[in-house]
This record gives sequence, C-alpha cells and structure tokens, in this order.
Amino acid sequence: MSFDSVSRPRGDAVSAPAGGPAAAGEPGAPARAITVAIMAMGGEGGGVLADWLVDLGEANGFLAQATSVPGVAQRTGATIYYVELFPEAAARAAGREPVLALMPTPGEVDVVLASELMEAGRAIQRGLVTDDRTTLVASTNRVYSMTEKTAMGDGRVDAESLLAAGRASARRFVAADFARLAEEARSVIGASLFGALAGTGALPFTREAFEAAVRRGGVGVEPSLAAFAAGFGAAQAAGAEASAAQTAALAAAPAAASPRRTVLGPRLRAHEARSVAGFPAEVHEVLRAGVLRLADWQDEAWAADYLSRLEALPALRAAVAGEPPHALLSETARHLALWMSYEDTVRVADLKTRRSRFERVAAEVRLADGQLLDIGEFLHPRVEEIADTLPAALGRRLLASPGLRAFVGRYTRQGRVVKTSSVRGFLLLYAVAAMRGLRRRSLRFEIECARIAAWLARVEATAARDAALALEVARCQRLVKGYGDTHARGWSNFERLMTALDRLPPGVMSADGLRALRDAALADEGGTALGAAIAALSGTAAAPPPARAA
Amino acid sequence: MAERSFKKEVQALRLGDGDEFRGEGILAVTKALLQSGVSYVAGYQGAPISHLMDVLTDANDILQELGVRFEHSASEATATATLAASVNTPLRGAVTFKSTVGTNVASDALANLASGGVTGGAMLIVGEDYGEGSSIMQERSHAFAMKSQVWLLDPRPNLPKIVEMVEQGFELSEASNTPVMLELRIRACHVHGSFRTKANRRAEYTLKDAIESPRRDTGRIVLPPSSYLHEQEKITKRWPAAVKFIREHGMNEVFDGDARDVGIILQGGMYNGVVRALEVLGLADAFGNSRIPLYVLNVTYPLVDEEVVSFCAGKRAVLLVEEGQPDFIEQALNTVLRRADVQTRLHGKDVLPMAGEYTGGVLTAGVARFVERVAPELLAGRPLPRAARSVALPAASAAAASTAPVVARIDAASIPRPPRKAPAEVPANVAATVATAVHPRPPSFCTGCPERPIFTAMKLLERELGKHHVSCDIGCNLFSILPPFEIGATTMGYGLGWAGAAALNTQETSKRTISVMGDGGFWHNGLTSGVGNAVFNKTDNVLLVIDNGYSAATGGQDVLSSKAENAIRSTNNPIERAVRGVGVEWVRTVTNTYSIEQMRDALREALTTPTKGPKVVIAQSECMLNKQRREKPKQRAAIAAGTRVVRERFGIDPDTCTGDHSCIRLSGCPSLTVKDNPDPLRTDPIATVVDSCVGCGLCGEVSHAAVLCPSFYRAGIVHNPDAGDRRRDRWRRRIIGWLQSRIERRLAGLSA
Repeated sequence: MSFDSVSRPRGDAVSAPAGGPAAAGEPGAPARAITVAIMAMGGEGGGVLADWLVDLGEANGFLAQATSVPGVAQRTGATIYYVELFPEAAARAAGREPVLALMPTPGEVDVVLASELMEAGRAIQRGLVTDDRTTLVASTNRVYSMTEKTAMGDGRVDAESLLAAGRASARRFVAADFARLAEEARSVIGASLFGALAGTGALPFTREAFEAAVRRGGVGVEPSLAAFAAGFGAAQAAGAEASAAQTAALAAAPAAASPRRTVLGPRLRAHEARSVAGFPAEVHEVLRAGVLRLADWQDEAWAADYLSRLEALPALRAAVAGEPPHALLSETARHLALWMSYEDTVRVADLKTRRSRFERVAAEVRLADGQLLDIGEFLHPRVEEIADTLPAALGRRLLASPGLRAFVGRYTRQGRVVKTSSVRGFLLLYAVAAMRGLRRRSLRFEIECARIAAWLARVEATAARDAALALEVARCQRLVKGYGDTHARGWSNFERLMTALDRLPPGVMSADGLRALRDAALADEGGTALGAAIAALSGTAAAPPPARAA
Repeated sequence: MAERSFKKEVQALRLGDGDEFRGEGILAVTKALLQSGVSYVAGYQGAPISHLMDVLTDANDILQELGVRFEHSASEATATATLAASVNTPLRGAVTFKSTVGTNVASDALANLASGGVTGGAMLIVGEDYGEGSSIMQERSHAFAMKSQVWLLDPRPNLPKIVEMVEQGFELSEASNTPVMLELRIRACHVHGSFRTKANRRAEYTLKDAIESPRRDTGRIVLPPSSYLHEQEKITKRWPAAVKFIREHGMNEVFDGDARDVGIILQGGMYNGVVRALEVLGLADAFGNSRIPLYVLNVTYPLVDEEVVSFCAGKRAVLLVEEGQPDFIEQALNTVLRRADVQTRLHGKDVLPMAGEYTGGVLTAGVARFVERVAPELLAGRPLPRAARSVALPAASAAAASTAPVVARIDAASIPRPPRKAPAEVPANVAATVATAVHPRPPSFCTGCPERPIFTAMKLLERELGKHHVSCDIGCNLFSILPPFEIGATTMGYGLGWAGAAALNTQETSKRTISVMGDGGFWHNGLTSGVGNAVFNKTDNVLLVIDNGYSAATGGQDVLSSKAENAIRSTNNPIERAVRGVGVEWVRTVTNTYSIEQMRDALREALTTPTKGPKVVIAQSECMLNKQRREKPKQRAAIAAGTRVVRERFGIDPDTCTGDHSCIRLSGCPSLTVKDNPDPLRTDPIATVVDSCVGCGLCGEVSHAAVLCPSFYRAGIVHNPDAGDRRRDRWRRRIIGWLQSRIERRLAGLSA
C-alpha cells in the first residue's frame, strides 16, 4: 500500500477448539463464536438474561458481546437480544481479538431462546432457526397479539402449528411453559429459560457455572435459582424424550386438558335418566352440562323444561348425519342451554355472591395468610336491565313511559362499584339474586322465551330439509352474548342473519353461506363486514352499515 | 429520574491510565469525552443515545469535578447551538441526539456553526436510528454532513476504535476548524465490550476563562461578506486540512488479503457485519483475517481520494458496502475513480439492496453475489450458506466470469474452512405456517399507562360525536394510531401535533379537529410552533396535551413540567401556566386521566363549546412505568416493615364473561388478555386479567363508561391489616358466610 494505512499481519490459521459442543463443530474446525439470540418482548427482562449470558461467558474463559435495541421497541413490542461468546484461548492463540457480529445471521445461530411461542415462530420466520445447528428453547405460553385479543369471537392462532414449525425447523427443540415455571417460583421467565439453556447442554458450561452467574447478578437470587432449576429439569426431561425421536419436543403444553365431565347430583337423577333414555349417547355429556347449568340458573323444573324443549324436536333427533354424529342435536342442545341461561342481573348477582367465587378471587390474587381481601364489582345497570327484571307488564310500562324512564334513569346514569365483601354490598347483590323467584314472570324471561321458541322452530323446520344449514342456524346463538350494548349488537346481528335467511332463496343460502355471514358478523363491531357479506350473497350493492350518530 | 439508572456504571468513568473498562458503547463514549478534555456537553434524549444522556445525568458529580457544564437541552437545535462556545475559543464540547430526527431539528444551528467554523473541537454524537427497532423515518445523517460540510465519523463498532475516534475527532475538528459528527448505530450504542482507559483531562482553558475574557471575531459570524468567504474557506482550507489529517493519522484502515485483485470498501459501522459475512462464506476467519482486502471508512465524509485510488489500483473490482440511500458514497467513489481514470469496476447497490438495513443475512447474500460475479473461484467447492441462498442470486454474469483473469495468488490453505453440510431448505409448509401464525407485535402502551384511557375516552366520544380529524405528535402517544384505538391521521414531527392541523380551520363547518401533543413535544417546540401559532392565527380547534410528567418515550427523562424534584434541574413549571401565558383562554386540566368520564366530558366540552378560539385540554397522570419504578420498592418495603398497605388489582369473573372482548377493544392493556373458556358449553375465549396488572382502574372505568359488562372486579389486598380491619373482617365473615351457606344449600345436590 502506498498510503498510510493500518495493515495488520495475517494471523496464523486458527484451529483452537472452542471448547463446547456448539462452538467446536468438528474437531479441528476453526474457532468461531457461539451465537445466541433471545426473542423477547419489551419490558420482559430479556436484558437480564443477556447480562447473565455475558457474565457466564466472561467468567468461564469466553469473550462476550451482547447487543440489544432499546428505545420504544421496549414498550411491549417484539425485540431481539443477541449474544456472541468467543473462546478466549483461541483469541490468545491467534494474538487477536475476534470480530463479533452485532446481529444474528440467518442460518448461523446456535441457540434461540424465545420467551413466548409466537416469538419462537418469529425466529423461525426470520430464518434464525435451522436444523443443522439451532437449539430452540421456546416457552409455550402465549402472550396474545392485539389481533388475537380483539377478535369478537376466537382469534387465537393455532399453537400446535407453531410447535410443529419448531419441531420441523430446529436441530433440537425444547418447549415447555417456562412462564408458568417462573411464576411458580415467583421469578421471571429469563430465569427458567436460562435454566433450560443449561439443561440442553448446548453451551459448554456446567450447571454450577450457570447458577454462579445468576448469583453474581445479585437480584432476586433465590427465586431465580428456583426457576432456573425448574427450567433445567424441563429441558432435561425434553432431552430424555428427544433421544427417542431426535426432534421430538416436549409437547409440554398441557393446555388441552380433557374437559371435565359433568356429574349430576341426586337432585338431578331424574333428569339424568330422562337424558339417557331419550337421547343418543353422543349428546349425553352436553345434556348433563345443560341440565346442571339450568338447575343452577333457576331450578330443577327449568332444567326439565330444557329437556322437554329438546324432546319436542323430532327432525333434529332424526338427523344423525354429520361429523361427529348427532352434531346438530348436540350443538342445538348446547346453544339452547346457553340461551335458556341468559345473563341477567339475577344471574350476575347470584354468581358474584357465592363462596366458591370469593375463594376463586382470593386464589387469583394469591391472597396469603394474614392478608384480607376487598372485592368491588363494577356494575352499571341501565333502565333496560331494571325493566327486564320487573314483572313483564310493569317492565313494559317502565320502558314505555318517558317520565318513568327519566326518573329511574337518574339513578342509572353512572356505574357503581358495589363492594361485595362488605355486608351492605353483599346484601344488595344477595337481594337481587333472590329475585330469582320472580324471574319466570319477568319481562326479559318473556322476551327470551319467545326468541328461543322462534329459533328452535326454525332449526327444527330447517333440519327437515337441510341438516347442515340447520346446524349453522343453531350455532347463530353464539352471536347473542354479553350485556348492554354488546348484547343489543349481538341480537341485531342475529336478526340480520335470520332476515337474510328468510329473504334469500334456499339455494343461495347454504350452510357455508350462513357460516360466512356469522363470521362476518364477528369481524367488526360496526357491522361493515356483515353488510358487505349479505349484499354479496343477495347480489346487491353493499348495504351501508348501521348509521352512527353523526 | 430516567428509566434506567447508571449510578453504578458511571464509576467506570473515574478509571485512570491503563485501567480496563468493561461495559456498554455509550458509557465508553462518555469516558472518551472525559479523556478528551471536554468543557461542556449537552443533548436531547432519544434512542439510541438516551442512555448517553442518562449516563451524563448520573455522572453529573464527576462532570462537575472536571469543570464540565452539562445541559439537558430544550431541543436538538438548542444542543447544537451550544457548540457556539467553541467558535471563538479553544473549548472542546460535545452534543448528542437521535438522528435523523434530531439532526433535522438541529439543521439551522448546524449550518450556522459549520459556516463560520470552530476553534475548539466540536463534536456531534448522533445515534443513527436506522433499521430494526427504529421508530422514525428512514433517512441518513450522511446528507447533513454533506450539505453543511461537517466531517462524518463512522467507526468500526468496537470499543477501542470508538474511543480512539472520539479522541481523534476532536483533533480533526481543531485541525480543520470544522465540527465533526460521530455516527453511532443502534446496536453499537449498546454493544458490550472493553478497552484500556486513560485518565480524565480537565481542560486548561476553562468556561470561566471564556466568560471572563470574551472573544469575538466578525469573520466567524454568518453575515455577508463573511458567509461568502466561509464557503470558499471550506473548500480551500478546511477540506484539504481535514483530508490531510485523516491520511496522516490513518483514521481509515486497510486490512490486506491475498485475493488482491478484488476488494471491499465499507463504512466503518458495517465492519463486523461484513467480516461475519466473509467468515460465513469461508473467506475470513473469526479474527477478521479476510482473503479479500478491506478498506474501512471510519471517516465516511470527506472521502480521501488518494486512499481510494490507491486501494482500487490494480483491482478488477471492488464492492462498496454503504447502508441506506441515496447512494452518496457510491456516487462519490465513481467520480473519484473516473477523475483518476482508474478502471476498477465498482459494485455496490447492484448486488446489495438500495434501501433498508444491511442485516447479517442481507450482507451475506450481497457479498456472495459480488464474489460470485467477480471471483467465483474463491467460493469454489463449498455450498453457499443458507443466508446467501435465501435471497435469490441473479445469475452470475457468465461473460464476466469467463473473461475474468485468474485471481492472483489464491492462498486457499491459509483460511481454514468450516466443514459445512449443505443445509436443508426450510420446508415450505413450515414457512407458510409461520407466515400466517406470526403476527406483527409493534410496541404499545404499557400496562397501566395513563395515556390509554385518554384514547379510550376519544373512542367512546367517537360513538357520540362521530369521527374527528386527529393530528398526532411524536412520543408514546403515537401508539394511538395502532389497534385497538386506530386514532390519528398524520404526524409531522416532535411537538408539531397542533401545527399539523393548522390548515384545517374554516368557518364553513362547526366541526373541530383534535391535535395531540405530549409534554415532551410541548416543551421541545410545541408551545411556540403549536400553541403560539394557534393563538396568533385564531384557531377554533382543540389541542390535547398529554402531561405524564416525563419525556416518557425516550426513557423517562424529566422535562420542565415534571412533578418530580430534580436536584440539577428546574421542574414543576406547569403546562397550563405556559399555555395561558401565550394567550390561550380556554384551558381544562384533567388531573386523573383514568377517569374516562372526566376525560370524555372535557373533550366533549372542548369539541362542542360555543366559545371560539383555541382550546387546550391538559390530561395529567403520571407515566405508569416511572410511577411503578418509584412506588413498587416503597410498597414492598412498607409491607416488609409491617405497615398496612392496600394493593389493588383487577380481575374478571370467568362465569359472567361471555367472550366478546369489547373491553379489550377499548383498552388494549397488556395485562388484559384472553384465555380458554372454562365453561363446557362455550367455545369463545374469555377475557382475563393477568398478574402484571397494576390496578390502574381503567378496566372498571371502561366497563362503566361503555356500559359493557359486570364481569370486572377490583380486588383490594390488605397487607398487614390493623385491628379495625380484622374486626370488620370477622363481622363480615359471620354474616356473609351465613348467607353463602344458604346459597350452597340451594345448590346442594345438583352436581356430584
């Protein structure tokens, strides 16, 4: 070079073994950095995990470099921490410092730690997880994305497909609910993931070395070590399993615990017998759940009423076809039970005053010995709900009279917080729940019974000619849920669907068509998608969404 | 008080000659400033250099010992104007901010500073917020360096190099009478590493000297005829002086390699990524010994023509690795080579993308393409790594390959090649799965954020009054544009929320627009550019100032209106006083943003009042992140000490929730989520409040205000209950317990 430059002598060929399984590759291979990517969400403490890794490396003969992207990315968004570890001995042998990268290169990552299942998916999507190299340690817990959470029905993505992607793309896949393990140890997920990393043996450090790094960190050491141990155990268990089938992950998501079977008590024996005698075995479980709910909601007679209504549907019971068999009957039974146990103020007050509910709240907030619990309910009954509870004639009068409405309305303008844990608040709700006796004469009861009857008649009538369509009609009950405005919106969507069903010629409205309409009804609150879907089916221009106050 | 404390780390700033420093890039830069003998530092926070400001704040004692003045500047323009202290005196100074947003704001001062030039070393440390995790428009600081002719340093992301460049940067600045800009990329700011320190230097010429014996020189002031002379001086004196200094001090580096007829020219900041790409391709070892010679531009502006020509001479082709666009350096290099009549072929944006971050994968693919085109022999016999194959390579030009002379002296044995099995492709179905199952997860309001209820209130008001045009600002408040709120049409810059709605004023409608501004933006410039402008131009519209007590998005630094006492700054200057001071008469302050009703009422009034003129609603509640950071340890200590403490959190009854998720659509709180429905008859997931809940109360407010659902409850957990609590509890248990037994009797025998 003719100009002044820093021209460094070429280092000798470096072939010092890196010391660990991940770094060494094959014996004689050149030293390279061990690369670790941590997929996390801002505010989760991914930085602590990166710090432990750096400390672990530096204390055990490695040069370490960690990078992150702080800033607004830290506000709950997805973010990556990246750590490289390089054997110090190799650097000494070469007489030079290694050049470590600041971000992961697809295909060149040894370990990916993901604090959440979708984030593990993100690592796969970005090509960071490869089957020739990457140990993927993923927590199976879900922190749902905004899209998943805001759906009006069920917008959650299929966790199993993410797990399958992990199994298919990683060299080694360790999956467990590390968030739960951490929580059980009253620590943070970084600790259980760090333990799992130790447990995989993917890094050339002993368990003791990992634990020493946690100790040196100095914050929450004991809970962290407990979570670490739990994570370590989970990874080892996954390892034992994996040895059988190389990439098999510990499908540790115990989410799909088999649904609890309903067992009816002595007071509902007759109902049980009637269900077993009068209905196919495929629907017994649903019937039991329905009977129990309705007896709980009102009384045994109401539960018997439920069975009577179902017995009066011969076309439904005749329709066996479908997958699973008797799906029409079973789904109708399920939705009928839900409709017959509609959510009214009596039901809410009843559920909120039970001892089991007090105990559940205490457990949820982890009430410890020596602590006391206050429970405040956020209630906002409107004139409508009050009228609903009144005997039908009285309720109608209240709603019809502007003067009365205004008078009662004065007391319902604001929501109130009722302290159920106080004697006064409890008595208030207890008294509301005690109105159960008046329920069968209430305005709401009258309205709902009429709606149920019309819906059942429609299902029954449709079943005779198109069982698949009848099933979709039955399932439309799903739209009618919630309270106040939510309930009103759901009911109006239900009616729009039923109107469409009436207006359209039978050939046009198939089971698929109705299902599509129902999905559209759940697509947005404003009813835009539903309007468009109905218009598309009827071949007209999109009906404008319901006018909003302008 | 900033979000992150560096009280412990700043002790490393006291290290002396020959000590070893270990830590973050930002801290190393601070140490380098002190080693360089600066007399003043200033800046405006913003990622990725927020931590630099936080480090300086926590190091204020050390700075004072060294006689260094430290300012939290009102804006980047203020910060840059601060460098005026170095125009006539030998004082060294440095300022820092986020770029390019900060550089945009600083431009006026920067251009004036650069025109007259400096006597003492003046350095701008810019955090280049480009690529992954960036929160701003994707532009380059390079343009600012070119237009104002300040020198741009882009050091290799390696602590010793960064420190050296800070030190040399001051010398370069003084040697060429020109301010220099040190560009630090996001990850370099936070890179962890080590270097050998020197003792801190106290400047010989001090601020006191400058104040007591003021100096002036009309020739340094930007006014004709001096301004014309400045331009000539830049070209005839300062530029050549800079080039000479850069050459003589070897600020740029050449790393030689055996494949001498090709080469790579790269920005210093790209060095680690390029070396890794070469390593992955089997063309370098882990220590940066590359077969292809590298010319590393630690100074990316100005270029040193002689070095470029010398590096390219005798090479068939070189690759320029220049991140971002436009391709300023590539254009410049082509000019340099053309003028010198050097025939070396220059590759750059033809094998690398024109726009976007040069990530590990992009670099590997780009370098592979270059090598395949100009020296395929270097890659012979090895499968390309996945990263190089993931981007479809354009067919290597057969003509170029066949006519290329044999690469001289390929010393193939000297580079150990990692044995590599040909990696399997990612199965197509896996790719498809993750493509649909992985949702974007942008940043959002934190758990318990006081800004969330403001937007909930706006959402509810939308149901009443219809949609309004909303002009947004910069800061956490901008998250309103994302689901679930989806509020806001434009954002024109920090503090420019109200300015962004200036045109939308007409007497032809009574409908008003809403502009949003955070307290950070308000003090940065919004008070004049927004509020003053609206008063002067007699707007009839509404400004919503979100006063959370901090410059929250940048890491919780104090601003003028912060409620916290700050030992080194003046706080507690209310926004309402400032707003009234510039002439706004209609002002409403809501001191509890969590009260949706109050928020909604204040906004409704602002939007519907017959009163004409500018209307300002100030929404005041403390940033929850900072509040928790302060209160949580206190609460823990109080509980441990046996004091009676009531901790609140919210919950949802699973048996009354029907799974519609309206509550989530009106809140979006991270602690409000969904879970499997425990009801055997229902399938839609129910809403649930997870343990991270801080009990801000929004859930309950929403269910009240929107008449949603009776499922929310507030649990008050009484730690260390007193005698009165226990007495009350016993009494309650007796009565409630008796009634609950009655309920149980009613239900007995239904299930077994």
